[in-house]
Amino acid sequence: MMAGSLILQTGTRLLLPLLLLFSVFLLLRGHDEPGGGFIAGLVAAMAFALYMFAFDVYKARAILRIDPRNMLGIGLLLATLSGVPALLQGRAFLTSLWWDVEVPLFGELKLSTPLVFDIGVYLVVIGTVLTIVLALAEAEE
Amino acid sequence: MLFAILSIFVVAALAPVVHRATGRHSGWVLALLPAALFVYFASFLPAVVGGESVRLAWQWMPGLDVQFSFLIDGLSLMFALLIAGIGVFVVSYAGRYLEAHRDLGRFYVLILSFMGSMLGLVLADNIILMFIFWELTSITSYLLIGYNHEDLKARKAALQGLIVTVGGGLALLAGLVLLAMAAGSWELSEILAGEDSLHEHALYLPLVILILLGTFTKSAQFPFHFWLPNAMAAPTPVSAYLHSATMVKAGVYLMARLNPELGGTELWTWTLGLFGAVTMFTGAWMAIQSTEIKKLLAYSTVMALGTLTMLIGIGTPYAAMAGAAFLLAHSLYKGALFMLAGSIDHGTGEKEVPNMGGLRHAMPLTAAFSVIAALSLAGLPPLFGFVGKELMLEAALGAPDALAVVLPLLALGSAILVVAVAAIVGLRPFFGARREFKRTPHESPGAMLAGPAVLSVLGLVLGLFPALAQPLVAATAMSIHGADPGMELKLWHGINLPLGMSLLSLAAGLVIYRFWDSVRAGIGRGMAPAMRIAPERGYERFMDGLVWFSDFQTRVLQNGHLRTYVMVTMLTTVALVVGTFAALGGFEVSVRFDDILIHEWVIVALVALAAMFVATTNSRLAAVASLGIVGFGVALIYVFFSAPDLGITQVLVETLTVILLVLVLFRLPGFLKFSNPLTRVRDVIASLAVGVTMTAVLMATLGVQYFPAISEYHIAESEPSAYGRNIVNVILVDFRALDTLGELFVLALAAVGVYAMIKFRAEDRKS
Repeated sequence: MMAGSLILQTGTRLLLPLLLLFSVFLLLRGHDEPGGGFIAGLVAAMAFALYMFAFDVYKARAILRIDPRNMLGIGLLLATLSGVPALLQGRAFLTSLWWDVEVPLFGELKLSTPLVFDIGVYLVVIGTVLTIVLALAEAEE
Repeated sequence: MLFAILSIFVVAALAPVVHRATGRHSGWVLALLPAALFVYFASFLPAVVGGESVRLAWQWMPGLDVQFSFLIDGLSLMFALLIAGIGVFVVSYAGRYLEAHRDLGRFYVLILSFMGSMLGLVLADNIILMFIFWELTSITSYLLIGYNHEDLKARKAALQGLIVTVGGGLALLAGLVLLAMAAGSWELSEILAGEDSLHEHALYLPLVILILLGTFTKSAQFPFHFWLPNAMAAPTPVSAYLHSATMVKAGVYLMARLNPELGGTELWTWTLGLFGAVTMFTGAWMAIQSTEIKKLLAYSTVMALGTLTMLIGIGTPYAAMAGAAFLLAHSLYKGALFMLAGSIDHGTGEKEVPNMGGLRHAMPLTAAFSVIAALSLAGLPPLFGFVGKELMLEAALGAPDALAVVLPLLALGSAILVVAVAAIVGLRPFFGARREFKRTPHESPGAMLAGPAVLSVLGLVLGLFPALAQPLVAATAMSIHGADPGMELKLWHGINLPLGMSLLSLAAGLVIYRFWDSVRAGIGRGMAPAMRIAPERGYERFMDGLVWFSDFQTRVLQNGHLRTYVMVTMLTTVALVVGTFAALGGFEVSVRFDDILIHEWVIVALVALAAMFVATTNSRLAAVASLGIVGFGVALIYVFFSAPDLGITQVLVETLTVILLVLVLFRLPGFLKFSNPLTRVRDVIASLAVGVTMTAVLMATLGVQYFPAISEYHIAESEPSAYGRNIVNVILVDFRALDTLGELFVLALAAVGVYAMIKFRAEDRKS
């Protein structure tokens, strides 16, 4: 694929971290406000897709560091594992568990198995979209 | 008990490791397991012989009435002892017989899994549990028949066995469910102990037919007998085990088990009696025409299965006793004969009986045990086979009504043929002039002779001292008949009609043996036209038809054109929905249009216009763009109706769609018109139908509410129990997390599928 314009490349360099940060923000606030793993995953995946258009597939793969197919696996593993702690407590699979952790200087931190589950969703969505998009773009060449 | 059954599967899983560790002794090592089980089952003997039945149960799925419950009475104990006992010899035999086979480890896995399934089947008290084991025996036997999977014949035979038995299994499942509904219990012990008989029940006829379909296919009854001789493509230890002593008797077991509850009606007696007797005669008739030693034995097994079915059908105390004794006798001599046939094959490389002769010097032990076992098959004194056969003839003479004429005639006919078969199998290979063989004939090793030795000598001992077998046989007969038959097993019954029939069959059988070659040729010529309408032709016709139909419907419905798929899916939906509306007599519309705001009208109009433009434009890019308008319009509607999560998702998905389309747009061929005006008219009508139907469904659903909406619960419980204010997200990751997990897997699979498609296409193009 042809390299994109200089303007797009410069803009994307700035936009990629911002979009990824925004996707993490959407992911974390999802339990209370609009957002969540699915939406956040789409935003992150599209940030990388934008990068791919601006530069090329190889640069996009390089900056992604991890193969999106592996991301699929890790996401599925996380989502599945998040159901296990409840099993260990003798409750139904995927029953949500919550822990309040006091972090110094930071305040209260709410940790929970649904959060782990949502991170799994996030990774699976990024993995799915990028697996397809990158493969399509590579087939182009 | 649960541990005993499960231990087999655990050992089966470990068998390849054991095999690697112990090498050529693996057969003996693994045979320790069935030996231990035999001892364990034998420990139930005192209680069962005393007339008790033992029931052991563990919870499995209490909500569905499925539990691990086991019933040990005379019938199940008899089977369990036979399965474990013969299993010992089969496993040790296989260790030597298949020594050189590279897949021996895998063989142990299969044969032990089969043993476990079979034991589970005969011991299960819960109907569903029994059915699970029933199907497991079909699957494991499929794998065992097809063990030499590089052989086309073996694969075909395996598939045939599977399709026939599993097809019957489907009918059986329906029959068992009906049985449980009619009797009001899922436990065999409770069904059998039930006060009222099922004879008058409205479901009696269908449930008997369905159950018999299952048992007839499994136990190779006419007209389903053809799969059993073909199954001889399996290695000999498998034939010895599955097709003589165990699997094929599963159907017999179930009929015997249900006989006290279902038997005693004319339907039961006539169906089982006639089909059993016809199978018996067909088996003997086909056996006499075969020349391969395993085929001969296989058809004589068909004969034995028919006999057992007939005896269960007759239903007198005498018949129950005869069935139990015949079952034991047959398992002993047939297990031995199959293993001996394998020994001959192993020692000489010859399978065809007409090419055999004079082996008694090279293989003296094989010869001796073969003669003993064959005498039992022929039903000659003083072997246990004689006890079984005398009882069988007596029982056939005592059959009710007209059956008392038909059954003894068929029994006499098959008895004559069986004597000839016994002589062919037991005498022909060993006596007469010595023939030349591919290999220099040599005696088999100890592991391969242990089984035949024990089984054939046991047949002799039990014949001489029937009192030894009496307790277990009587207990079995009691389970079959439902009450104590109160009879003694005896070797000598005095001079009576059955003895006369035995003498006649001996004389006639020996004559047939003497002229076997010409008899066979004569029958072969006479049977040629009949073979064209044999049941196996029916099976082949059916399979061909199945392939033709699949081919036809694939060509019509799944022809590779996306437009056809969409058309078929949509029109089917429309037909089903409209059909439902028509059946319910229409619906009420309670939608008011007056509270729709002006900007909402604008969006709807925009979406509708954009959709129409998509359908008519000739430019792909324009179509993509206006599809985008449709998508964003829908997203706006979500936002107006306060569903921000849906709105965001919709916008993102629209964007993603554009990205994907950009990537594939260049690759698409130029825009062509495939449709002529006529198809376009058809398409317009189809899309209008779909649109109108969907709108009607939406309006109808708005008007009714069958269940209280669950959203109230979600709204109320979201904060307090799930600590989240965003209900959509709480539902996704907490309330219905399992659904989401399933969807994640679908998503991942789709990604892998698309990836594979793209990559393979790319590689195809390269090469």
